[in-house]
Amino acid sequence: MDKATILTWLEAVKDPEIPVLSLVDLGVIRDVVIDESGRVTVKMTPTFSGCPAMDYMQRDVVQTLQAHGIANVTTEMSFEEPWDTNMVSEKGREALKNFGLAPPPTYEGILDLDILEYAQCPFCNSQNTELRTPFGATLCRSMHYCNDCRQLFEQFKPV
Amino acid sequence: MNTDALKDLLYRLADDQLILGHRNSEWNGLGPILEEDIAFSSMAQDKLGHSLQLYTLLHQLGEAEPDTVAFTRNAPQFHCAQLVELPIGEYDFSLIRHFLYDHAEILRFEALSHSSYEPLAQVARKLKGELKYHTLHANTWIKQLGSSTEEAIERLQNSLNYTLPYALGLFEKTAAEDDVISEGIFVGEDEIRARWQENITKLLSQTALNLPDLTTLTPVYGGRFGEHTEYLQPLLDEMAEVFRVDPTAEW
Repeated sequence: MDKATILTWLEAVKDPEIPVLSLVDLGVIRDVVIDESGRVTVKMTPTFSGCPAMDYMQRDVVQTLQAHGIANVTTEMSFEEPWDTNMVSEKGREALKNFGLAPPPTYEGILDLDILEYAQCPFCNSQNTELRTPFGATLCRSMHYCNDCRQLFEQFKPV
Repeated sequence: MNTDALKDLLYRLADDQLILGHRNSEWNGLGPILEEDIAFSSMAQDKLGHSLQLYTLLHQLGEAEPDTVAFTRNAPQFHCAQLVELPIGEYDFSLIRHFLYDHAEILRFEALSHSSYEPLAQVARKLKGELKYHTLHANTWIKQLGSSTEEAIERLQNSLNYTLPYALGLFEKTAAEDDVISEGIFVGEDEIRARWQENITKLLSQTALNLPDLTTLTPVYGGRFGEHTEYLQPLLDEMAEVFRVDPTAEW
């Protein structure tokens, strides 16, 4: 049992609100530490501080590793390395787009919310879209409208 | 480090977020349009999350569990400003309160992200990113409605005039003020108030709304010392109803 194997197993744990996105690709699993006694600690960081899915994510991590025979496993939530949407992997971005959710635009330095106005439609790839509201069905989504294919769509909002 | 001063600051921050979070949640199902229903509900969820993180810091400093702290105190033990406990009223009031409050809040957490108390700085760095969406939301609507019809402008202006003395109460100082400043925990209320005034002035100047001369207003103080309006206790009774019947209930 090593860290790489455990990370592969954790690929199976999905975000309960976005079932195509693994926690590894979402970027909330920051590290896996195995001590000499075989005890596994999965270090995680929350997406949004009020996200109700975080409890489920921790439980799913523990259950998944237990199913692979790791008896001694705990999760640790920390703000030490705060999550931002730049931590979503390329694979994760692709999965979001295929799910019909525009991936969060990457940014450098401090996030300027002007980039929210420029979501790309996940259905027709048009850039001719407008922000309808920065809040959506879950804390991590904003709502946009595509002027070309005339559909409302959601974006995983950048933070 | 002066732990009492730090705790005083954390209670003020956490109680503001919890109580306004609860008030925002009262728009759930009642928003004037669906998007606003969702926006106020989402901001409520964020703010409750923020209060949880702050109560967790208090717990690490020896205070009771977050749920116990949130659900078992009565009004005189709360440190929130009176602004956040006022009933949601009409949408124009809730929007103005949201605008005035969140502009102060984002400045607080931006400043706290440099706090000498590292656990608080870590939480603040997280929260300030989420709060950007709250001020973005407030600014969008204040700009749109504050430059729209006569009725909208009049309603917002009346709410602004009514709410400002309460909003100034957010900057009420406590005995902890000098210590949190000298120990580098927080920049202090005067600093935040000055930056806040600059930001809301800038935004309001893009609308038909007039910001009264703030020096002529008397701030509504007392909240930081447990003096509250008649509206806080009924809110607490409702919020804690399930917990008080069964503290182990999950819902």
